[in-house]
Amino acid sequence: MRVRETKSNLIFATGLMVGFLSIRFMLDAKAFTAQVTYLMRAVKNEERKDSGESNSSLVAHRSRILCWIMTGPKNLESRARHIRNTWAKRCDKMLYMSSEKTGFPTVGLNVSEGRDNLYWKTIRAFQYIYQNYLDEAEWFLKADDDTFMVVENLRYTLSRYDPEEPVYMGRRFTPFISQGYMSGGAGYVLSKEALRRFIKGFDTGECTHISSIEDMAMGKCMETMKVEPADSRDMKGRQTFHPYSPDYYLVRQPPGPLPWYMLYEYYTPFLGPNCCSDFSVSFHYIYGDQLYVLEYLTYHLRAYGYKYRFSPHKSIELNTTSVRAARGDAKLPRT
Amino acid sequence: MLSEGGSFMKGMVMGGLFCLVLSLLSSFSPGTESRTEEHHHHHVKAPSKEDLTSLSESQVQELNNQVQVYCVIMVQPKNLIYWATTADTWSKHCDKPVFYTSEASKALEAVDLNEKDDWARLRKALKHAYENAGDLQWFFVAQPTTFAIIENLKYLVLTKNPSEPFYLGNAMKSGELEYVAYDSGIVLSYEALKRLVEVFKDEDKCPERGRALWKLSEDKQLAVCLKYTGVFAENGEDAHGKGLFNSKTVDTLIKDSMGDNPADVLDGCCSDMAVTFSGMSPNQMQVMMFGVYRLRPYGHDFHDSLAFYPPEGSDND
Repeated sequence: MRVRETKSNLIFATGLMVGFLSIRFMLDAKAFTAQVTYLMRAVKNEERKDSGESNSSLVAHRSRILCWIMTGPKNLESRARHIRNTWAKRCDKMLYMSSEKTGFPTVGLNVSEGRDNLYWKTIRAFQYIYQNYLDEAEWFLKADDDTFMVVENLRYTLSRYDPEEPVYMGRRFTPFISQGYMSGGAGYVLSKEALRRFIKGFDTGECTHISSIEDMAMGKCMETMKVEPADSRDMKGRQTFHPYSPDYYLVRQPPGPLPWYMLYEYYTPFLGPNCCSDFSVSFHYIYGDQLYVLEYLTYHLRAYGYKYRFSPHKSIELNTTSVRAARGDAKLPRT
Repeated sequence: MLSEGGSFMKGMVMGGLFCLVLSLLSSFSPGTESRTEEHHHHHVKAPSKEDLTSLSESQVQELNNQVQVYCVIMVQPKNLIYWATTADTWSKHCDKPVFYTSEASKALEAVDLNEKDDWARLRKALKHAYENAGDLQWFFVAQPTTFAIIENLKYLVLTKNPSEPFYLGNAMKSGELEYVAYDSGIVLSYEALKRLVEVFKDEDKCPERGRALWKLSEDKQLAVCLKYTGVFAENGEDAHGKGLFNSKTVDTLIKDSMGDNPADVLDGCCSDMAVTFSGMSPNQMQVMMFGVYRLRPYGHDFHDSLAFYPPEGSDND
């Protein structure tokens, strides 16, 4: 008798649930179909993701970037702090090089502050990195405490190069060094092999402290150690590293002579919209609030739904020959 | 067997009834959203992601194609550099950008209203826009010292019905009067503009030259006239409640945030979907075109529900 009752109760309970759920489904038919549509769209988006600008297939093994900035005690609060709040976290490793060790944290280089010591600071910084962090990255970026970096775009620009090759990249300037040198303010990158050669140069005396003009002196050492300067321009020949702020380049100019800050350019200079790549890597003379402004423009503010005019197609392999032809280089390189 | 079946049926009926009662009760609770939007709110929020995913793909497509903006841009020859910059920058993203000037300029084309009085001129421009709207259902009134992102404006009004009166922007209060600030742009739906053009005929409620005693600024005058037609100012906000229409520059907003929220400058600042900024220099506006329409980190994809394409014959976006 009792078993029958339990069974009957069980059946009643099942009926209760079925009745409840079927009415619920009918009421929520709209929400139900919305759920289905959403799931279907999510599935479609997953498929579409592969044809988007996903960088996972472009970089087979993800290269690590170690970033260091040249700073000093007077600039920690006014400049370095804002870098720490913005782009620093996107580097795989970030170091703040100063004359003194502090809890910021900064590395103490045992070199005094001042314009005359800039190259000494650079030498000591790279030696410190070589001794302590060589195995932690494939690329080594030097920037100033008033440089804004878009690390994702740096990664993208570097992806076509091999860090075991001697690579030296940035905004290429032309005077003084025949193969050119990279602007210090715009930031420049050494591959692991380039860093090894830089250190070796100072060990053997092939490179010495020839000048306090840090970027030019680095260029000289690179030339001595047979590290070739790499072209950082994008597929349309537009620059990615910028030694000045965006308004110096983007504002349309009437035809006439080039402004003074464009006279050092190694490649054909452009002002106006063609100056700068959509995937720009750096801007310089960016202080305090301007760092957050650029962070806002790069990572936050956008036009909803806008289909970008320039979208690198993933399937086009970056054929360096055709890229150089597009950029109008005088001679095609010997491959 | 029969008794078991009967038991089951009883259960089903009870369960169904229970569910119906529950849902009836829940629809009486004040927290539920009603389909027909109560229109006397003071803010209009952009749709959230969920709002859009609850629509079918064809519905979204239709909204995408229907939402079109007629830009009423009020210029003067004394502001020529801003006029030229606006023509070369954000106005290219309006479906129909029309410049209305106080007097003709040899350098640039515009509808010459030949009118020095600011309020009278605005009236003429709005009337002209209404008469030349064609199929366009949304109107954006701005000065060339404003920088606007029309795609984000479209997103804001996407699910709003232009046959209902909408008057949006940066809503401000002056005494008892709520109005939309001129410098950060004014959005009017077709219905709002229709009512406005109608009340223009009433010299008592909405005089053409303003009373002699004191002159209201055009944006306040506009609010007074619209109020007579039952249209009230509303603040345009994103899904998180952040204002989309800014009477300040990006630099100023960031500096303010650095003072107020030093630990989280960007979170405490402006919306990712901001529609306008005001007071930027012509050079800054050219930089904004790059910052909004081009500069981005490689590898970040958004999968937006809408699609807006770059304008023809333009090179800075």
